[in-house]
Amino acid sequence: MEAGNILTSIEVMPILISFIKIVVVIFAVILPMVAYSVWAERRVSAVIQERVGPNRVGIPFTKIGLFGLGQPIADGIKFLLKEDFTPGHVNKLYYWLAPALTMVPALLTCAVLPFGSELFGEKMVIADLNVGPLFVFAIASLSVYGIVLAGWASNSKYSFLGGVRSSSQMISYEISLGLSLVPVLLIFGELNLSEIVREQSKNGWLLLPFWGEGAIWNGGVDRFFLLFPAFIAFIVFTTSIFAETNRLPFDLPECETELVAGYHTEYSSMKFALFFLGEYAAMIIGSGLIVTLFLGGWSLPFGLDAYLMSVSGDPQQIPWWLGLIHIGTFLAKVIAFILFFIWVRWTLPRFRYDQLMKLGWIIFFELALVNIFITAGILILTRDPAP
Amino acid sequence: MPITVERPKLTLLEKFYFPAIIKGLRITIGHAIRILRRKKKVTMQYPEEKWDDNMPEYYRGAPALVTDEHGRERCVSCQLCEFICPPRAITIIPEEIPSDDKWSKVEKRPKEFEIDMIRCIYCGMCEEVCPEQAIYLRKDYAITGHNREEMVHDKEKLYEIGGVREGLVNKWNKLK
Repeated sequence: MEAGNILTSIEVMPILISFIKIVVVIFAVILPMVAYSVWAERRVSAVIQERVGPNRVGIPFTKIGLFGLGQPIADGIKFLLKEDFTPGHVNKLYYWLAPALTMVPALLTCAVLPFGSELFGEKMVIADLNVGPLFVFAIASLSVYGIVLAGWASNSKYSFLGGVRSSSQMISYEISLGLSLVPVLLIFGELNLSEIVREQSKNGWLLLPFWGEGAIWNGGVDRFFLLFPAFIAFIVFTTSIFAETNRLPFDLPECETELVAGYHTEYSSMKFALFFLGEYAAMIIGSGLIVTLFLGGWSLPFGLDAYLMSVSGDPQQIPWWLGLIHIGTFLAKVIAFILFFIWVRWTLPRFRYDQLMKLGWIIFFELALVNIFITAGILILTRDPAP
Repeated sequence: MPITVERPKLTLLEKFYFPAIIKGLRITIGHAIRILRRKKKVTMQYPEEKWDDNMPEYYRGAPALVTDEHGRERCVSCQLCEFICPPRAITIIPEEIPSDDKWSKVEKRPKEFEIDMIRCIYCGMCEEVCPEQAIYLRKDYAITGHNREEMVHDKEKLYEIGGVREGLVNKWNKLK
């Protein structure tokens, strides 16, 4: 067959649109958000501790400070210009591979997150997979390899201990992470994240079912009683996300007081920055996942979506301004959740390692397991058996 | 005989852990709100805001030489400060005052008087030991320079910082 025939047989437009979506989401949304969540972390922690935080770096060569908004850019330039030092005692291949292996899965997981409803008839999700949460778990569990490899390849006792801790912690919490999600999937009967959000937009968020068919006065008795298991799932899932992303109070892989810096002790310059970015990217994706599953994703609360759709006229086509509102809503929710992450970090002290394992294996694992049965029981009692 | 320390008995609510987390979150957000509403101000923005006005009387800044009300150098080059100086920051080269000078009866004055501000520890012993009340610790604290030579204060610089000090000052005993 001629090359031209293959090219014409492939639809170019969908690939091009996906490409545009990937570039925009990664380079215009996630990476700036990562950089600025570092800035937010520093400013919020400063405010909590009654300090000021970075407030100087603005436009270069002027006195304009802009609340220190130039700080992440200056940090990035600093990381790029630093000497890229590889210690002599490391395993070179894995040492170089590890930072990329932490960064890439964190960015890959954003492929299935619906960050908006529709814009010009195009679904605002990079890959509309029917196995969204499973894809996220599959890819997110890869990021542990980066940390283990970093700890092993660094050939240093601190890195090694950090890597070992991290692997056991992430594997333990992945169990409760996965199990806590089963009730949510039972309630929606759906594994497609876009569909889950659309359902929440129509019939009430999982944690706020007070409009549409989900409201108790509209016959949504099941959703009202399901609030209890949903809340348990939310707590377990959120805490497990904290543990998965190695955030305080579960940041044992890199706890400074014991392990210098944990698995990235031997890293410097951009390779260290990749670990750093991967960690924050994982935090952003985690917040996005929590928002999508429990807090309605891009949807506006209290049936505002349906109202705005009725205002626009055409019930099938979502107008562009509503699409933009949806994207803004999603970003606002994610940012709020990131601020919550930061707030928790600067409030709670670090867990002891045995406490961490006890919490994961003895409390959350069982709680998530029992929660599945509670949810299933409520579903049997309140919903009509499927025809 | 080992002593067993009983762990505190936790109530059910404390074992549940979440009330404690919420309490902690309330405390931190309280601090954040207080600082955001500018109810409390802790940090001073240094180069723009300085604490010069709030400096206490007893502040020990850069040591400096002073002249008296007639414009005479008070220092008579006794070199006591040079001997007492713990980090040996002071170097004095004395000089006889020529007989045709107005202050020839004072007999001695420093030809060169150098304080190495890299070595100075601002202890104030030179001020304490000086019998002529010629050296004082002033309130200058931002002593900077581009190289080591710039950080050595010579006589001219010391008088420039010190200025004029009139009358006798009772340094320790107010009754004297």
